[in-house]
Amino acid sequence: MSAYFSEIFRGLQSLAIGMGITFKEFFKPVVTVSYPMETIKMSARYRGHIELIENEEGEPKCVACGMCQRGCPSGCITLESTSVEYQVEEKGETKTKKKKVLSKYDLDFTTCSLCGQCVESCNFGAIDFSKEYNLASSRKEDFHFDLLKRLKERNS
Amino acid sequence: MSAPIHIQPGETFTLNVGPQHPATHGVLRVKLEMDGEYIVHSETVLGYIHRMHELMGENRTYPQVLPNLSRMDYLGALGYTHGHVLAIERAAGIEVPERAEYIRAITVELNRIASHLFWFGAFVMDLGGFTPLMYAIEDREYILDILERVTGSRLTYCYYRFGGLYNDIDDEFVPATKALIPRMRESLKKYDALVTGNIILQKRLKDIGPLSKELCRKYGATGPVARGSGIDFDVRKNEPYSVYPEFDFDVPVYHECDSFARYKVRMDEMEQSLRIIEQGLEKLPDGPIMPEKKPKLIKPPAGDYYQAVETARGSFGIRIVSDGGKNAYRFKLRSPTYSNMHLFDEACEGMLIMDALALMGSLDLVIPEIDR
Repeated sequence: MSAYFSEIFRGLQSLAIGMGITFKEFFKPVVTVSYPMETIKMSARYRGHIELIENEEGEPKCVACGMCQRGCPSGCITLESTSVEYQVEEKGETKTKKKKVLSKYDLDFTTCSLCGQCVESCNFGAIDFSKEYNLASSRKEDFHFDLLKRLKERNS
Repeated sequence: MSAPIHIQPGETFTLNVGPQHPATHGVLRVKLEMDGEYIVHSETVLGYIHRMHELMGENRTYPQVLPNLSRMDYLGALGYTHGHVLAIERAAGIEVPERAEYIRAITVELNRIASHLFWFGAFVMDLGGFTPLMYAIEDREYILDILERVTGSRLTYCYYRFGGLYNDIDDEFVPATKALIPRMRESLKKYDALVTGNIILQKRLKDIGPLSKELCRKYGATGPVARGSGIDFDVRKNEPYSVYPEFDFDVPVYHECDSFARYKVRMDEMEQSLRIIEQGLEKLPDGPIMPEKKPKLIKPPAGDYYQAVETARGSFGIRIVSDGGKNAYRFKLRSPTYSNMHLFDEACEGMLIMDALALMGSLDLVIPEIDR
């Protein structure tokens, strides 16, 4: 009989302790932010979709070697290049040389898993993660990024 | 007007739980044959989220499989990627710098706490208490912030590389983690008072959902499920890997075999993980995070390799059969929850449905990891 009542007492006590804890939580500072009005700054290593990096002249650093394209697990990078002739002076004489110039760099972000293989495999530091996370859309095409165009828009 | 249904004594009906049901924590379907409130027979149906990770592991080159492993178990992803990189390093004979090993151990343990915290919240929510979930998620958020600053992602990490890490920890990692440890200890005390001592939780978990030692052995259950049934097995202790032999920690084992024992095992494990993190931060050596000589193309010599690690849910094994090429010949993943879940069919027979759902919650199921 006494065990019965002591159990009821202990049960009520445990509930009171729990209520006390939740009551204390009322007076704690708010830890959330009201999102569209306030935003949190993304950390330096946050992985958004990749972005081309430019050199001092505002041109992409990319030399169109295609290492990122080959390293990508899901094949979401497509890049094309054109060869451009240019003149160099070597040992007193002018020579015509060819070099590859990036003409198209498409990213299909729908299949990207943000593993970082492309950034890691790039030997020229030409791509890096962006800090963008506000990417919501109901259309698939909105996630096909023309990174070359984005770079030009950023510079202009 | 339809006539009321009269169930005859001995007559049973089929109840479908899932595939879209909050209590199954994912797309798991359970066909229950019910006699009133009691379960007569149960059958779990899988395959709703099968993504062929094993086949992808055979079709892609070794580094390209890296992001797949974190998509298996999204709550404790680092443990799974850890197992993967260890297996490949063993196969290809890549030496890992000590600093990288320590950072791996610390981040895995942080992830284990985050996983257990989320389980704790979801489990108590299954039982009808919503508030603890909010507290657990708040604490988990601090851990995710630390991990995000280092790994760049919040859930599906791709941070470990064969031979080391993607990048070194930043200056804020060590102070932030040191500040987290006392905070977590306070929180664990709070959870103990708020939830563990609660009479309603005890009445719903104690002596409910018994899983005997023999049943756990029969189905190959590992992790907190087996440890709650008195099986003292932890891969970190029994088959040590990485730098775990250098840490001083205990493996919590309970012999009660009920849902409450499994609950207690996980709550104690969080404390033990904090101890590992504390020691890891103290011992953290300086040095490189990637080996100096690392093969550019990873081609393990032909052979059969196996590596098991202790993840938040149990023993995760990865078997790689190599024929010396760029891709694995066979890429087998042994996921702990797959074995843990199959206990449910046999254990829940004759139970009340609400007790069976409490039992299912205590198994800590993550469905993408079962189906993989």
